[in-house]
Amino acid sequence: MLTSRPLTIACRHAPLLAQPLRRYASAAPTAAFAGQKGSNGKYTVTLIPGDGIGPEISESVQNIYEAAKVPIQWEEVSVTPILKGGKTVIPDSAIQSVRKNTVALKGPLATPIGKGHVSLNLTLRRTFNLFANVRPCVSIKGFKTPYDDVNTVLIRENTEGEYSGIEHEVVDGVVQSIKLITWDASERVARYAFHYAQSSGRKRVTAVHKANIMKMSDGMFLSACREVSKSFPDVKYDEDLLDRVCLQITQNPAPFSDRVMVMPNLYGDILSDMCAGLIGGLGLTPSGNIGRDASIFEAVHGSAPDIAGKGLANPTALLLSSMMMLRHMNLNEHAEKIESAILSTIAEGKTITGDLGGKASTKEYTTAIVDKVLKA
Amino acid sequence: MIRNAIFTAMRPALTSSRAASTITESAFPKIAERLPTKYGGVYTVTLIPGDGIGAEITDSVKEIFEAVNAPIEWEQYDVSGMSSSGEALFKQAMESLKRNKVGLKGILFTPISQSGHISWNVAMRQQLDIYASVVLCKSLPGFSTRHSNVDFAIIRENTEGEYSGLEHQSYPGVVESLKVSTRAKAERIARFAFDFALKNNRKKVTCVHKANIMKLGDGLFLNTFRRIAEEYKTYGIESNDMIVDNTSMQLVAKPQQFDVMVMPNLYGAIVSNIGAALVGGPGIVPGCNVGRDYALFEPGCRHVAVDIMGKDRANPAAMILSATMMLRHLGLGHMANNISKATFDVINAGKVRTPDMGGADSTHAFTAEVIKNLQH
Repeated sequence: MLTSRPLTIACRHAPLLAQPLRRYASAAPTAAFAGQKGSNGKYTVTLIPGDGIGPEISESVQNIYEAAKVPIQWEEVSVTPILKGGKTVIPDSAIQSVRKNTVALKGPLATPIGKGHVSLNLTLRRTFNLFANVRPCVSIKGFKTPYDDVNTVLIRENTEGEYSGIEHEVVDGVVQSIKLITWDASERVARYAFHYAQSSGRKRVTAVHKANIMKMSDGMFLSACREVSKSFPDVKYDEDLLDRVCLQITQNPAPFSDRVMVMPNLYGDILSDMCAGLIGGLGLTPSGNIGRDASIFEAVHGSAPDIAGKGLANPTALLLSSMMMLRHMNLNEHAEKIESAILSTIAEGKTITGDLGGKASTKEYTTAIVDKVLKA
Repeated sequence: MIRNAIFTAMRPALTSSRAASTITESAFPKIAERLPTKYGGVYTVTLIPGDGIGAEITDSVKEIFEAVNAPIEWEQYDVSGMSSSGEALFKQAMESLKRNKVGLKGILFTPISQSGHISWNVAMRQQLDIYASVVLCKSLPGFSTRHSNVDFAIIRENTEGEYSGLEHQSYPGVVESLKVSTRAKAERIARFAFDFALKNNRKKVTCVHKANIMKLGDGLFLNTFRRIAEEYKTYGIESNDMIVDNTSMQLVAKPQQFDVMVMPNLYGAIVSNIGAALVGGPGIVPGCNVGRDYALFEPGCRHVAVDIMGKDRANPAAMILSATMMLRHLGLGHMANNISKATFDVINAGKVRTPDMGGADSTHAFTAEVIKNLQH
């Protein structure tokens, strides 16, 4: 956190100069897409295929987009770390590409094991100030789990909290880990949550907290949410304890389909994966990281090195993430068309990949979706 | 280490089989060195009904205890956390607990506002050093939920971690909340978990953590766990570890893989609520807090349930089962078995059920039915 400070400040001013029309006053929705079409009538989007199965599933997305005539051209970059000044960093070309296009789609990255590596995801998050992680989970017809009525949206603060990375050993055997909560970060994620609620038709925001125990830190998160809620009179606002939310979602997720949940970092991490578990795991859940300087949509599953290159991978999570991206870019019609093709392909169950209980290859699955898109 | 010696001396041969849903007689690693107060064959037990539904469900326990003529004399303190004015009574209750060494308690309300008092539930656990919370989640015969064959025990560190209560605002809008992790407390909870596994004929202990992010704090917990796990290998207890977000995902998808789980404080709150939801809700999950000198029994899922308070709708099963755990702790196993069998029989028969289990019967009706099923 400490190291990213100067960067944060630098980023805060750069786009102000570059895009004078984009407002940052607290009344404006944060992080709305402001990209422009190029001379060929297409938006440019950075594509980070990633490691392992990443290239295969990215190719699937590209093929489907081509068939659906989505006005997007891809700018493929690699984020494989390079050595620069004795440190491993993301190549500048990748950073510049994302900064220029403000939107990126990213496959899974293998986290290098060993000391001294900051995770690439964390680096991306800090570089582009990706302050909100959006995790919708919807039950998918055709893939049976004990839950068939899941429709949740969870927005997680992505930059601080328990993930501040500030820890020290006071004396041998006694460690303090600091959970850092700031008003600014709480306020902007709350604002994004309300903005999301307003534009997605879920007219209720629930802040999830543990302020009975952490009265000051989670307390401040709550008061930031309450403050923001005043500027959204048409969105209902309430608060619920983390314990109760865990209990209620697991017992019956249906009542959560009318709202957007917003919460600090760790709770969001745990709850978002729990919701993913309800619908069948990370292979089916999309994710979007919304930032001030850029937004990165990604598959949150692993890079699955064991099946990489075999043409067996399931591209659904990346595809659904890219649907979030299209909606973020206000390309809603294209999103509807492709999404219904994906969902009906899975629901029919004829050409689905091995992890969903089928026998199809990545190519066959992709072709099935393409056929549906072309017919639509 | 004297403590190790005590543990070794007390470690019994593996008990043959596990009783219904609560634990076997003297199931906890016996560490309470000071015997509970017993005058003329009667145990004095501190009773704190707590807020919300507490009074109703402890009344139910009192009735049942009367029916079996349990040699328990209650020392009741109607502490309420709804306002801070109850502090004097709370202190008296603490004195009583220190005298009697054993208590039965509902949950005390904790205000969210910063001006309100700190959680008295947490204060009790910290002051009495009842460091191990035990929560049992087991699918009940006769009551089907979305998941079947769930049977695991949650051992939660109860006295430190995120619940340290140390918070400060270092600058307006910047709050730091300290999570304190110590090797000593990690070690004793890990030992408790393994001893619990041994005594209750369980095979595997899973450590739940977030050491990939909190490398020092949770790292200390995980490393200590691994070190202790080595010592128990010869007893045939397996061990593994899992990151908390993955754990919550696995819990809602494949909860059958878990046996005994051990974790720091906050994750315990999350996991015990997910666990309770898997088997049917907070109304049927018993629990207790044990330390070296004291044992305090309370429902495993710590909800005040103000919403259904005073309506005679609460499910007293969790409290009844917690009370049977208390009886076993006091060496009154035959009475405990009588009561728990009657409770499980009532649930299995399914004729009398409270609203949380899909019935329409009252707390009183359920209690009466349990009493009817007791063996005389």
